[in-house]
Amino acid sequence: MLLITCPYCEETLPEAEFAYAGQAHVIRPENPSGQSDEQWEEFLFIRENPKGPHFERWRHLHGCGRFFNAVRDTVSDKFLTTYRAGAPRPDLASLGGDAK
Amino acid sequence: MSDAVTALRGRSFTGMVTVEDAGPVGMVTVRADLADETVRAALAAAGSDLPEAGGLTWSDDGGTLWMSPDEALILCAADEAAQKASALARALDGSHALVADVSQARIVIRLTGRDALVREVLAKLSPADLRASAFPVGRVRRTRLGQVAAAFWFPAEGEAMLICFRSVADYAFALLSNAAAPGSDVGHF
Ligand SMILES: [Zn+2]
Repeated sequence: MLLITCPYCEETLPEAEFAYAGQAHVIRPENPSGQSDEQWEEFLFIRENPKGPHFERWRHLHGCGRFFNAVRDTVSDKFLTTYRAGAPRPDLASLGGDAK
Repeated sequence: MSDAVTALRGRSFTGMVTVEDAGPVGMVTVRADLADETVRAALAAAGSDLPEAGGLTWSDDGGTLWMSPDEALILCAADEAAQKASALARALDGSHALVADVSQARIVIRLTGRDALVREVLAKLSPADLRASAFPVGRVRRTRLGQVAAAFWFPAEGEAMLICFRSVADYAFALLSNAAAPGSDVGHF
């Protein structure tokens, strides 16, 4: 069973209690009206698809209900770390991950 | 006033454990930062001591369940919930908090029987670690039961209490009854 640590509940719990919620750190433009079509396309649709560590949002759906961020290796499905929403991207080297 | 009934209307099923409607229960939800000392003190003064993370306080007339870092569920007699909610709201006046009587939103199911079998019935339906060492009396677990959200705890050995939304009462009852079907024990615990 895949276990995920909720950084709010500070508990390591089964994946079935969580929901995936897309790529993390997608920054909403400060001035939405000033965005070109291409910039909107980039913001709304264009996502990374790495083979290796991926920064992604998860939600502790059957628990506290909060969104948080995680680094998951898409090859091994291993969670390298989880951290609270709003916290900076952790350094991959320190996680033993290998950015590709 | 009309008689209060639950969505299960007193149903019960006895298989390898007994699954039964726990009847009307007063439930008051408190959303606030549960680590905040002001919040804790205000709730304690209003008669609801907050448990530590993942825990509960429990007595025959009710209890307080830790639901998340910013949510507690206070259980009391069904006819005291409205009064309890207004007392807690007064106590938290001025804090960043929300109090609501949610007694009609959820139902409570009680499971009784041999402790190992009560744990087994829940373990068939939930990903929670139900070993007595991992989930002792005094802890509460918010998780899922089959397809729906549920929370449960053990008030005593051989007894579990489970809450889920009223709208899925039939599903939860049928699910638990099926998992408790006579002869379906697998002897895991
Ligand atoms: Zn959580």
